[in-house]
Amino acid sequence: MDIPTLESLNLLAVLPAIILAAYTGLLLVVDLFIPNENKQRTALLAILGLGATGVALGVQINQYSAIGDQMAFGGLVIVDGYALFLQGIFLLSAILGILMAMNYLPRRGIERGEYYSLILFTTVGSMFMALANDLMVVFVALELLSIPLYVLSAFIRDDPGSEEAGMKYFLLGAFSSAFFVYGVALIYGGTGTTSLDGVAAVLAGEALNLPLALVGMGLLLVGLGFKVAAFPFHMWTPDVYQGAPTAATGFMSVGAKVAGFAALIRVLVTAFPGAAQAWGLLVIAIAILTMILGNVTAISQSNAKRMLAYSSIAHAGYILVALSAAQFPELAQEASSAALFYMLTYTITNLGAFAVVMAIEKDDGSGVEIEDFAGLAKSRPAVALMMLIFMLSLTGLPVSAGMVGKFFVFGVAINAASQSVWLAIVAIVGVLTSVVSAFYYMRIVYMMYMRDGDEEAEYPAIKPALGTALAVTGIGTLVLGFLPTLLFDAAQRALIAGL
Amino acid sequence: MLQETTFLAPTSWYVILSATLFIMGMAGVLIRRNAILIFMSVELMLNSANLAFVAFARSFMDITGQVFVFFVITVAAAEVAVGLALIVAIFRTKQSIDIDELNTMEG
Amino acid sequence: MLIEQYLPIAILLAIAIVLSLIVVFISRIMGPFRPTAKKLSPYESGMTPMGPAVRRFPVKFYLVAVLFILFDVEVIFLLPYSILVQDLGVYGLITVSIFLTVLTIGFIYEWKKGALEWE
Repeated sequence: MDIPTLESLNLLAVLPAIILAAYTGLLLVVDLFIPNENKQRTALLAILGLGATGVALGVQINQYSAIGDQMAFGGLVIVDGYALFLQGIFLLSAILGILMAMNYLPRRGIERGEYYSLILFTTVGSMFMALANDLMVVFVALELLSIPLYVLSAFIRDDPGSEEAGMKYFLLGAFSSAFFVYGVALIYGGTGTTSLDGVAAVLAGEALNLPLALVGMGLLLVGLGFKVAAFPFHMWTPDVYQGAPTAATGFMSVGAKVAGFAALIRVLVTAFPGAAQAWGLLVIAIAILTMILGNVTAISQSNAKRMLAYSSIAHAGYILVALSAAQFPELAQEASSAALFYMLTYTITNLGAFAVVMAIEKDDGSGVEIEDFAGLAKSRPAVALMMLIFMLSLTGLPVSAGMVGKFFVFGVAINAASQSVWLAIVAIVGVLTSVVSAFYYMRIVYMMYMRDGDEEAEYPAIKPALGTALAVTGIGTLVLGFLPTLLFDAAQRALIAGL
Repeated sequence: MLQETTFLAPTSWYVILSATLFIMGMAGVLIRRNAILIFMSVELMLNSANLAFVAFARSFMDITGQVFVFFVITVAAAEVAVGLALIVAIFRTKQSIDIDELNTMEG
Repeated sequence: MLIEQYLPIAILLAIAIVLSLIVVFISRIMGPFRPTAKKLSPYESGMTPMGPAVRRFPVKFYLVAVLFILFDVEVIFLLPYSILVQDLGVYGLITVSIFLTVLTIGFIYEWKKGALEWE
């Protein structure tokens, strides 16, 4: 009987994730003893835990250049730059998500302590998604990430829209998990291992059963395609995003998507470099269709949450553009860092956009039609200015994070165009659909600045928590727009030894 | 660890059976309109994967596949808990769990 | 290969399936079928049906059942451990303790929430 040694477990390497996991369990119990009218304390405690995790992560990032990549749990988990960078994104989005919810939940009368615990659970799941080096870990992390999100989307009890959102998300999420599991089963059957490195090694040599492993890879792509809302697995997105409480929508539009991509990129690049041509073509096709569908359908939406849902589908397409360039080994690193940077800009900008929606949403959940933005520039100039920045960034116009993100993503695709003409096509489609996206993003800007709204319209007060979230996302979007090279270097450095 | 057994059917039979079950489950999800039945079809898909895992684990004389099955079973139980709670909640408000009636949002 | 030994079971299974199909459908095929609203309504001892046929079900049962499933299934991790408890030694003990702590947190949670109280 081999008993793992402390050395092979290497718990110190996954300390941030362990801290957060333990803290989450503790918070669930502590919350039981916090009276119902004081649930803001639970939120603050949750932020405290995320902060402590952030400190541990910061120490780790600081030491990373000296120590380099580490394995933990006997190779089930890998701590490399990729994982560290993504963990940072997850912590940031969780903190922002809680800040927004602190203001939003009491207004809608649905503040229960579980909301904050569930966000922490999801974050632990996402962190292990980034750390995973074995399909088993990916699977468990994926479920730890998804199951709390089903609950979060159905969080408004007795509200048919929210319940419907939860139900749809749950049924399709479970359906996609089944694809994922069956895919892993076939990969295991084809290669005899579930370790990502192991699969790559077997595929490089003599695979036991190559077709089986490739079909498994396809099913894996389907399963993760659902999670990131890529065409043709996107149909749950609009209904779920519209029906779920806006705070949960904002959080899941970034958390779940980025985590899905974390696993998708890791699995394809690490485990299947041998089948790069096969998945490369698939990813290109999905990317093109996702960008076209998301952007074109978003134009005709009248509900802001639904519009942002289609916009998030479109952004999944842009990230897939970067992934499609990763099929060439020499570009894998550049492509992954472009995707990482894009995910960071998307996280900050999209959370910001949802924060603005929350700032104008009425207490009964109405008031999120695009018409409701009319006259915002007069009645709420600061909020309107924030929304302007976010819309510019989502479109990808200059001096915003979104432009820099798109620049890197399309840049890497064009770099790869010499290898395959398809990458040039995917980059061109990306640029064209970005132009299309200006129609619907700028419609909100037009509403805010050019149209007169209802003078009587009363907006809910912005409490400090939401204000902080708005400020952080707004400033973050601008800073990422002005100082792109700084952070892109960080993303790139994150990958030097990794992947 | 695992012991070779001689009197069982070849692995391919199990894989074919599991693929059949998986496709039956998938068809169930796509055809059925009752939330409980859809959910049961999803469970069938998960269990078909379990069958494949166990069959491969036996043919490789490797424990990984069996361990994976443990995780799939527990995760499925967690999904059952959340899923049934959602279904009960929906039934209380709508008096129906037909997913075609989940259409309050259009666009 | 002793696959032949399964043959009787397979035959029995086939007979069972065919027979049950026949029993279910024979009256439908052979007998007359002239439905009216009265005939299709649920049979309540000859009385006029009262209220919907689908009764409200007590949710208490459901809650207990779900909680049971959760704790029941987690036992599959303890079963292999109980067999190898001596070989795994301290390492196994610590691992299982962590696992049980997580379960206990869930238990405390449902207890405090009042999910275990019947009335």
